[in-house]
Amino acid sequence: MSATSRIDSATPERSAPAGVPQLDVDPFSTEFFEDPHRIHDVLREAGPVVWLEKWSVYGVARHAEVHAVLNDPLTFCSSRGVGLSDFAKEKPWRPQSIILEADPPAHTRTRAVLAQVLSPTAMKQVREHFTALAAAKVDELLVRGSFDAVADLAEAYPLSVFPDAMGLKQEGRENLLPYASLVFNAFGPPNQLRQEAIERSAPHQAYVAAQCQRENLAPGGFGACIHARADAGDITAEEAPLLVRSLLSAGLDTTVNGIGAAMYCLARFPDQLARLRSDPTLARNAFEEAIRFESPVQTFFRTTTREVELAGHRIGEGEKVLMFLGAANRDPRRWENPDRYDVARRTSGHVGFGSGIHMCVGQLLARLEGEVMLAAIARKVASIEISGPVKRRYNNTLRGLESLPITISPA
Amino acid sequence: MPSITFVHPDGRAQRIDARVGESAMQAATRHDVGGILAECGGNAMCATCHVYVDEGWLARLPAMGDDEDALLDGAAAERRANSRLSCQIKLAADLDGLVLNLPDRQL
Repeated sequence: MSATSRIDSATPERSAPAGVPQLDVDPFSTEFFEDPHRIHDVLREAGPVVWLEKWSVYGVARHAEVHAVLNDPLTFCSSRGVGLSDFAKEKPWRPQSIILEADPPAHTRTRAVLAQVLSPTAMKQVREHFTALAAAKVDELLVRGSFDAVADLAEAYPLSVFPDAMGLKQEGRENLLPYASLVFNAFGPPNQLRQEAIERSAPHQAYVAAQCQRENLAPGGFGACIHARADAGDITAEEAPLLVRSLLSAGLDTTVNGIGAAMYCLARFPDQLARLRSDPTLARNAFEEAIRFESPVQTFFRTTTREVELAGHRIGEGEKVLMFLGAANRDPRRWENPDRYDVARRTSGHVGFGSGIHMCVGQLLARLEGEVMLAAIARKVASIEISGPVKRRYNNTLRGLESLPITISPA
Repeated sequence: MPSITFVHPDGRAQRIDARVGESAMQAATRHDVGGILAECGGNAMCATCHVYVDEGWLARLPAMGDDEDALLDGAAAERRANSRLSCQIKLAADLDGLVLNLPDRQL
């Protein structure tokens, strides 16, 4: 059975609303994962709003409409789920997130807590340590010469900094990536990827639930900081573990795929590696541009809370709208030479971290990890060559690689 | 159309035409003013569009929100009494002539 096959038929087939271009495209299929760019182009050019027949949802793939939907959270809400599943009709597969899957005013309070825990001030405190570990990782990999840039770098580096920064115990950390993969697969439709991820999820869910409890989080870590906000009365003691869960869900696999995207870019575009090497201060922007270029988080849904007009199309209440972040990030209406990876590009305005009130609350942490890793590479590595077959990893929401064998040489 | 001036740390003044309704940050990125990074794209989440508002203008700007206030504490360059995030300065016609001084760094 392929990853694309329909497991159930809970969603009745509906025909396209009048005037909205209807497309027979499944953005959660192997075909799409292998080459999203061609189909993104089809989606963008079909119109500002499209109808995806396969899952009976609206889609937006141009930058302007994606940005507009992201920035109207009262009309395009998150509390009915940011995946295909509509929480008004279906029970969520896990207790609903109190930040990602919440609307103002409830969202405002929980968001403020995580924004403070992951603030610029908090990043200053971990920066030195993160920088040292990135340099050590690159030194270690230079000794090896040839390795898998996914397992040995894109996964290994975040795993060496993030769980400690959270304050997690050593035991059980192998559950973190499978749990995150599950969370991001679960935003997708009821296909094989989602179903199998949920079927295998019990041990990962049990691990994460336990790690969210206060007694399992080391003092000084992000987790303990969240619980401390319950003491201050900003959140309740019951809410604190759920906010820790949000960081464990979205704080690791995303940076893994972000750093993986940057490595894949630098391996494919040696002129850009050369430019980065000539000016290592471009490291942070080179990472940001990789987020635009590859969009590790490809899609999120919203649900309409009322009838609304979007780019001249009337959308009824209770409709799911799928936002193609990756397509918006390469929309030629917004970007010059969108298909070019340019480490010096002015990247401000890309939607790889989203936009508006739900924009990635961990974006500063992601940028810090990406920057210090690329800065270490810029200073220490002369060349990166792909030295084996590149394999893609399939996930309903995350775009990244399963394997990227490379050989690097010292500067 | 309000015109605003960004003063770089070396004293160089860069005057640009802004649109009513956009933020000072948006005007700066549209005109490629170096020194305004705006990593988060105007969502008051990154503190990389920090400016020092020129004397006389501070009281005429829109009030500072809690998010902006908290972020400014973490800005890379020193926070001063006239520090603001330029993404939170929405431009109106009466801000014609606004002068914003750029800090020596945003990261």
